Amino acid sequence: MTNPKGRFGIHGGQYIPETLMNAVIELEEAYNFYKNDPQFNAELSELFNEYAGRPSRLYHAAKMTEDLGGAKIYLKREDLNHTGAHKINNVLGQALLAKKMGKTRLIAETGAGQHGVATATAAALMGMECVVFMGEQDTKRQALNVYRMKLLGAEVIPVKTGTATLKDAVSEAMREWTSRIADTHYCLGSVMGPHPFPTIVRDFQAVISKEIKEQMLRKEGRLPDAVIACVGGGSNAIGSFYHFIGDKDVRLIGCEAAGRGIDTFETAATISTGRVGIFHGMKSYFCQDKFGQIAPVYSISAGLDYPGVGPEHAYLHDIGRAEYVAITDEEAVQAFEYLARTEGIIPAIESAHAVAYAMKLAPTLAKDRIIVITVSGRGDKDCAAIARYRGEDIHE
Amino acid sequence: MSKIANAFAGGKAFIPFITCGDPDMETTAAVVRAAVANGADLIELGIPFSDPTAEGPVIQGANLRALEGGATTDRVFELVKDLRRDVSVPMVFMTYANVVFSYGAEKFISACGEIGIDGLILPDLPFEEKEEFLPLCHEYGVDLISLIAPTSENRIAMIAREAEGFIYLVSSLGVTGMRSEIKTDLASIVAVIRENTTIPCAIGFGISTPEQARKMAVISDGAIVGSAIIRLLEQHGKDAPSYVGEYVKSMKDAISE
Repeated sequence: MTNPKGRFGIHGGQYIPETLMNAVIELEEAYNFYKNDPQFNAELSELFNEYAGRPSRLYHAAKMTEDLGGAKIYLKREDLNHTGAHKINNVLGQALLAKKMGKTRLIAETGAGQHGVATATAAALMGMECVVFMGEQDTKRQALNVYRMKLLGAEVIPVKTGTATLKDAVSEAMREWTSRIADTHYCLGSVMGPHPFPTIVRDFQAVISKEIKEQMLRKEGRLPDAVIACVGGGSNAIGSFYHFIGDKDVRLIGCEAAGRGIDTFETAATISTGRVGIFHGMKSYFCQDKFGQIAPVYSISAGLDYPGVGPEHAYLHDIGRAEYVAITDEEAVQAFEYLARTEGIIPAIESAHAVAYAMKLAPTLAKDRIIVITVSGRGDKDCAAIARYRGEDIHE
Repeated sequence: MSKIANAFAGGKAFIPFITCGDPDMETTAAVVRAAVANGADLIELGIPFSDPTAEGPVIQGANLRALEGGATTDRVFELVKDLRRDVSVPMVFMTYANVVFSYGAEKFISACGEIGIDGLILPDLPFEEKEEFLPLCHEYGVDLISLIAPTSENRIAMIAREAEGFIYLVSSLGVTGMRSEIKTDLASIVAVIRENTTIPCAIGFGISTPEQARKMAVISDGAIVGSAIIRLLEQHGKDAPSYVGEYVKSMKDAISE
């Protein structure tokens, strides 16, 4: 699906400063070599299975299914991975690749902190230096993850520019990369940025849909009717969708963060409210004003609080292969609480956006239908923020 | 022949960068006129962008102040129309790809041609993506300026061969901003550029003192200065034009020695 310049339809590309061009070319060449290298793949499988705990479970949520009274619901439990989210899949792949390329230092951006924690973890494991850029606003929302990163030996740099959230952390990590390239790999956390990142990150996350497919065939002897995942940049969603793209009968549904509603300015629902633009190295949909100034987006979820979306999602939207829906803060918080009470699983507030849409969809489908929700991460990190949202001040 | 060549016809060129609308358009107009009166050969006008990923803190601040002050692409076009009543030196825009794309590339680039903008510098549009805007630039007579960086290495010849207007040689790794020392071996990069093109080459990023500008001009065709000028605007606001004029004179004198 990727052409040589990393295009997904009109989206993608490499809109970055000349200073970085040789770095992304070197990365692409290394990736093209190692992705077919049996030794690399054996090492990565070992890390996935023995270190991260893959394959992750495909769990039949029987109580939720019964309660909603419609389609049979399965949860893909990426929250059970080491470090508590799908982010580790991509990070182990990129860290191993960086190491093979002779890099000794990883830098990363993080929103909710899950990607930062995963990067710090991989850096610790592989004996690499690690610097994580995180919006100052997010360091407050996700103080626990800041501590985890520091504990893992990473330096966390609070980013104070702009809205002091994920987009500013990406900008600052890109700036840092232009100043120090020789020993440093930018471990981008989502299926975004300049080519080859959207392809590399997708390939490492595609293990999710590969497993869903195998597990579903084993358990049900058929494919699911729908796969639902939350979308910020879109890495867990593309990972969940990828091996089903050719299976036209499987609905692929991405859930964006509507924040306080797509009819307000306090939203991060890029496909619902944005238009095509060029930013952070890629052409895709972005929330922006009429002069192309990037909009200050908002979501209760720090991980979905991003004004763009990965170029492959933009393409899947354009060709109508995937559907994108917007879920408000309130709907996500209700789903967060619902899954905790109903199944004893506290999902990340990001993943709760996918759960929220499933709660709307499942009752409209017949009982012989099957839907899979990817629970991209666990919700421990969100408990204080959700308590605050509900008017309860707890001290961590 | 590109009008930009005029800027380099009389010896080494001094190229100031000014963010439009920082702190307001009247000040920008006065600063440009002061720079021209004191020897600036080519003016690089920044159209502010919300997320300028190639800029250091000083120019990021200018972008923010300009946007908070109500600067828009349309108002920048009005500013240029006003300047063109009496300013004849070449002028180029420096902005980000989304500012052009989002406005409508044809609408933006044709406007550039109409109001007298001679070139376009887009730091997030590398050689591989230049087809995005190049055909329109050719159609409306606007040079799409190429950047070459310390990391360009094997790419220098390829970029230089197709370059137009002038080449913007980035002096250092990292983002814009003042530097106490420039360590890149720029002379050897310029040598490769010279083997591949006859268009002029000016050096930017990190230059703030007359001595630095002089050194850069010795090995190339000119010096580009941004952050040091923005710093004057930051300090003096609406009173900045006379300070910028004085500064431009000191820099132009240094490179003309």
